[in-house]
Amino acid sequence: MEISRVLIDNEKMRTLYHFHGGIHPPSNKSQSTQVAIARAPLPSRLVVPLHQHAGEAAKPIVQVGDHVLKGQLIGMPDGFVSSAVHAPTSGTITAIDMQLIAHPSGLPNLCATLIPDGKEEWIPHKAIDYRDHSSAELQQLLRMAGVVGLGGAAFPSDIKLRIGKQKITSLILNGAECEPYITCDDMLMRERAAEIVQGAEMLRFMLDASEVLIGIEDNKPEAIAALKQAIADRGMNHEVVAIPTIYPGGSAKQLIRVLTGLEVPSGKLPTDIGVQCFNVATAYSVYRAFAQGEPLLSRIVTIAGNVRQAQNYEALIGTPIDELIALGVALPDTNGYIMGGPMMGIPLPAVHVPVVKATNCVIAASDRLFPPPPPALPCIRCTRCVEVCPADLQPQDLFWFAQSKEFGRAQAFSLFDCIECGACSYVCPSHIPLVQYYRFAKSEIRAREHDKQLADQARERHEYREHRIEREKQEKADKLAAKEKAAQAAKLNSLQQPTPQQQAELADLEAHRAHIRELAQSGVEHPED
Amino acid sequence: MLSALLVMAAIAIVLGAVLGFAAIKFRTEGNPLVDKIDAILPQTQCGQCSYPGCKPYATAIAAGEADINRCPPGGEEGIQKLADLLGVEFKPFGGDTAAPKAKSVAFIDEAICIGCTLCIQACPVDAIAGAAKQMHTIIAAECTGCELCVAPCPVDCISMLVIEEKITNWKWKYPVYSLTTKK
Repeated sequence: MEISRVLIDNEKMRTLYHFHGGIHPPSNKSQSTQVAIARAPLPSRLVVPLHQHAGEAAKPIVQVGDHVLKGQLIGMPDGFVSSAVHAPTSGTITAIDMQLIAHPSGLPNLCATLIPDGKEEWIPHKAIDYRDHSSAELQQLLRMAGVVGLGGAAFPSDIKLRIGKQKITSLILNGAECEPYITCDDMLMRERAAEIVQGAEMLRFMLDASEVLIGIEDNKPEAIAALKQAIADRGMNHEVVAIPTIYPGGSAKQLIRVLTGLEVPSGKLPTDIGVQCFNVATAYSVYRAFAQGEPLLSRIVTIAGNVRQAQNYEALIGTPIDELIALGVALPDTNGYIMGGPMMGIPLPAVHVPVVKATNCVIAASDRLFPPPPPALPCIRCTRCVEVCPADLQPQDLFWFAQSKEFGRAQAFSLFDCIECGACSYVCPSHIPLVQYYRFAKSEIRAREHDKQLADQARERHEYREHRIEREKQEKADKLAAKEKAAQAAKLNSLQQPTPQQQAELADLEAHRAHIRELAQSGVEHPED
Repeated sequence: MLSALLVMAAIAIVLGAVLGFAAIKFRTEGNPLVDKIDAILPQTQCGQCSYPGCKPYATAIAAGEADINRCPPGGEEGIQKLADLLGVEFKPFGGDTAAPKAKSVAFIDEAICIGCTLCIQACPVDAIAGAAKQMHTIIAAECTGCELCVAPCPVDCISMLVIEEKITNWKWKYPVYSLTTKK
C-alpha cells in the first residue's frame, strides 16, 4: 500500500493513505470562486418539496391559504428516517400539489407552493446551549430543524448521530469537494469557517468523538487556511488535513480510507469501525440550528458551466432554479442543465424545478462543454475501469451481468458496493454508459426484494386465513358434535334404571298416593251424607 | 476369516446406527421442494393456474402433475426461475393460460357498495375490510391483485387499477442509447 506523509501545521506529521484507483478530471472550479457568495434575491414564488431527504416524505401540516412565517414547520417528519420541512420565508401557501422536481425519473412529487410577502417575518426561535442537552435531545432538535446531509445524499443527520453503544474515535468533516465545477463547500469554508468549526464541535459533542479531522483537497488552499485560522482563534484541537486532489476523494468511504487507513467493510457503516463523517455544510447547518435556533432554510448553490458569470449563491430552499440561472446568465447555446457535478449529477427534467437541500450545484450544459458521447462500442475487456474503480470492484464484470440481467451474479460481485462515481465510464474507451447499467441493476434488485417481501407477507396472510377457516370449521363441527352428544345422552338417560335414591323417592311417592287413595275410599261415608 | 467377518459386521452395525440416528435427527418436515417452488411463486393466490392457490400449484409441480408455465403473475421470469430450480427447459406461456398483466390493485367504489361481504369471503389474503351492510374497502398495501373479488360482487363496484409509476416505486431503466452520433 502506498502511504504518503503530509506536513500539518509546521511540525506535526500525519500519515495519509490511498484508496484504489481514482481519476483526475479537469476541475473547472476557479470560474466560480472569483467572487464571494451572494444572497440570491427573494424569488417570486417558492416550491418546497416535502420529500427532500433520504427516507420517508414529511407530512404536510399546513393548508392552502394559510399564512406562514419564515422558519415555520410545514412538513412534519413521518417515519424513523425522515426530516422536517420549513417555510423558507414568510408568505401564503397557495398550493399543496404534485409538481415537477429534480429527480432522474422526471416524475412529479408533493410540494407546497409559497408566495412570499417580502417581509421575511421570522417565527419566534431561540438559540440553545448544546452543552445543556443530551445527545438524544439534540438529535430530536436536528430532526425538527430539518438538518440533513448537504453533500448530496440528503440523509437525515439525526440518524447518523444515533450511534447507540458504539465508540466513535474520529469525527471526519468532509470538505474534499472532489467533483468538478462544484465550489459551494469551498466558498462556505473560506467565508464561514468560524461557524463550521463550531458546528464540528457540536457534532463532536453529540458523538463523544475523540478527534475531529477536517479533510480538504489540496486544491483549496484558501479554505484550508481559513479553517486553520478559525480553529487557532478558538484554541480547538480539530485538525485540518490537506488530502491529495483525486476524484472521488470526497466520497465518504474513500475519505475515511485516506484519513484513517480504515476500510468500511462491505455492507457496514462507518460507525462500525468507529468513524462518522459529515459534510462541512452540514456542520454549518448544525451550528445555525443550535447557536441561532434557525432550521435549514437555505443552502449555498454553485451556478456554473455555460454561464456568463459563474458564482455561488445562498438560495432559499424552493427557489426555482431558472431564477438562479438568470443571475448567472446562461449563454445562448445552453442545451440543458445538470444538478450536481458532471460526474454524478442528474439532468434536470425542467429548469424551473426548485432548489432542494441536496442541490449543491447547477451546471448549464452545452455541446462545447459536454460534447455528446461517441457511439458506445462493445466492451473489449481492457480493464481500464478496474484500474480506476475506487471501490475495488470489477466494473467490466458488473457491466456484463447487468447487461444480461444476471442480477444474482452482479450482487455476488458486490454491485451494492459501487458508489456510482462514474470513474469507470470516464475512462471507458468504448464509451459505454457503465453507471447507467449499475443503476438499472441496483434498482431492479431492490424492486425484486420489495416484491419478495410483499409475496412473503401475502403468503403469511393466506396461510393464516386458511388456518382460520379450518379452525372455524373445526369449532363448528365440535359444537355440532357436542350438541348431538348431549341429545343422545338425554335420550339414553330416560331409558336408564332409576338410582336407589330415586327408587326410594318413587316408593315414598307411591306410598303417599296409596294413602290418598285409601283416604278417598274411606271418605265414601261422608259425615254430611 | 472370522475376524474379518466380525469387523465388517461391526462396521455395518455402527454405520447403520449412525444413519438411523441421522434419519431421525435431521428429518425434514414436509416436502422441501414444494417450499422452494412456493418461494418462487408470486403468492397472488389468484388461481389462474387452475389450482386453488400458490401452495397447491407448487405441490402439483413438485409431484410432476403440472407444467411450470401456468402462472401469469409470475411472468416469464418466474418460469425461468422454476426451470432453473427444477433443471428443466424454459417453456413459454401455453395457449390456455392468461397473458401476464401489469400489476394492479382492486378498488371498491364506495358509493355503489351495498355491504354484502361476498368480496371479503372471496379475498384470499384478507385484504378487504368491512362488515355486513357496512361499506367495504380494499387495504391496498395487502392486495395482491388476484381479481378474485371482482366476479362475486353483485353490484360490480370493484375495479382493478393498474399501479402507476411514482417516485417511490420508480426504477432506473435499461440503458438505451443510439449507436450512431447525432448529425
